Amino acid sequence: MVQLLGYHKETPSQTAGPYIHIGLVPNALGNEGIFPEDLGRSPIRAGAKGQPITITGRVIDGAGMVLRDALFETWQADAQGIYPANDPRGAADPNVTGWARVIADFETGIWRLDTIKPGRVPYPDGRLMAPHISVWLVARGINLGLQTRIYFDDEGEANAECPVLMRIEHRERVATLEARKKDANTYEFDFRLQGVDETVFFDI
Amino acid sequence: MTISTPFTPGPLHFRDRAWHPSAFTPAYKTSVTRAPFRPLVALGSTLSEESGPAFGHSMIGDLDNNLILNFTGQAAIGERMIMHGRVLDENGRGVPGVLVEIWQANAAGRYRHKRDGYGAPLDPNFAGCGRALTGSDGAYEFLTIRPGAYPWPNDVNSWRPMHIHVSVFGSGFGQRLITQMYFEGDPLIARCPIVNTVNKEEAVRALVAPLDMNRAIPMDCLAWKFDIVLRGRRQSFFENRREGM
Ligand SMILES: [Fe+3]
Repeated sequence: MVQLLGYHKETPSQTAGPYIHIGLVPNALGNEGIFPEDLGRSPIRAGAKGQPITITGRVIDGAGMVLRDALFETWQADAQGIYPANDPRGAADPNVTGWARVIADFETGIWRLDTIKPGRVPYPDGRLMAPHISVWLVARGINLGLQTRIYFDDEGEANAECPVLMRIEHRERVATLEARKKDANTYEFDFRLQGVDETVFFDI
Repeated sequence: MTISTPFTPGPLHFRDRAWHPSAFTPAYKTSVTRAPFRPLVALGSTLSEESGPAFGHSMIGDLDNNLILNFTGQAAIGERMIMHGRVLDENGRGVPGVLVEIWQANAAGRYRHKRDGYGAPLDPNFAGCGRALTGSDGAYEFLTIRPGAYPWPNDVNSWRPMHIHVSVFGSGFGQRLITQMYFEGDPLIARCPIVNTVNKEEAVRALVAPLDMNRAIPMDCLAWKFDIVLRGRRQSFFENRREGM
């Protein structure tokens, strides 16, 4: 016999279901009067340093249907590559909170994120990762939140040497993580949950 | 937002994915077209997942964790109950200052949501939404109404057991978790296709809150205890990885 390790087990996940808006974005749903405003409406405040960008897109299932009940959260560094909280390296731009809650539109399923382009953050071994926004995506039918990242297709050099992107064996799949530049400050990004162009999801 | 959580450096414990539900669980029909088919790309945590948003007590209102009163100020109808517990990590330590958000149906099993078409009545004084920050020992508490069971379109006659949806943050974005709390003794638990996405009986048990008579308030309300465990962090002197090591 041996000693017991004694670790607790993580609480098992359950789907967020179709009514997640009640709990996480009640004002956006129309249930006003409980909280003054929904949390995570923007990852930046006026005066945030860096390039302002807008990303829009959809979440699409394996049958090609656009989800209208998806919600995701984003977490990103400031323009210098410092995270706004729980980063041991020091203080970030005070006008970057870094975290946002984004919902698919109730009618069209289109989502939109207005933020600044994040700086590069070091990988554990010191090499720099390419600019990216971390994403945690939930919806009805998703049993455990999906973890992925939004990179940018105009960061070719940084993407080519990003230690995370380099881990993707099937190279054609890297493009599923790159937001496509539309004009100077606008990008498009679709999450594809299943199928030929399935987005890369990570085991983190 | 202000930083209220002391940062504990260290990579996250690896996630036991056999303990969590699989993505593709055909008995829960909606998962069939929403489950990724390709294998997840193994990454492990980086600073992007080891850091995460922090929330301060200043943003929490007095009634935020009181779902009986927080919608209109008039009391909601139903069986009054306390939901309480601690947020711990896998190392067994209480996690202070983290945000716990809950949502639920009312006593009749009806959600205040434009997509809920169930014929049970809305309660004009119940929104079914609350939030709390954990205290220094990781403890949290809500006062609410015990939610009703409700039917849903999966099989011809599928009913959800009574449940409260729970969303939890840790100090790292990679700890983010959503789950559901069930109630001890509910015969619908074993029949629920969503509960049964969890493969191991022991794991299902971690989602079922026991009745806690020590926290019940006589002549007022019952109490149910629900501890929540987040991924832990590894801590080792040898974890200070450098380039080339
Ligand atoms: Fe529910």
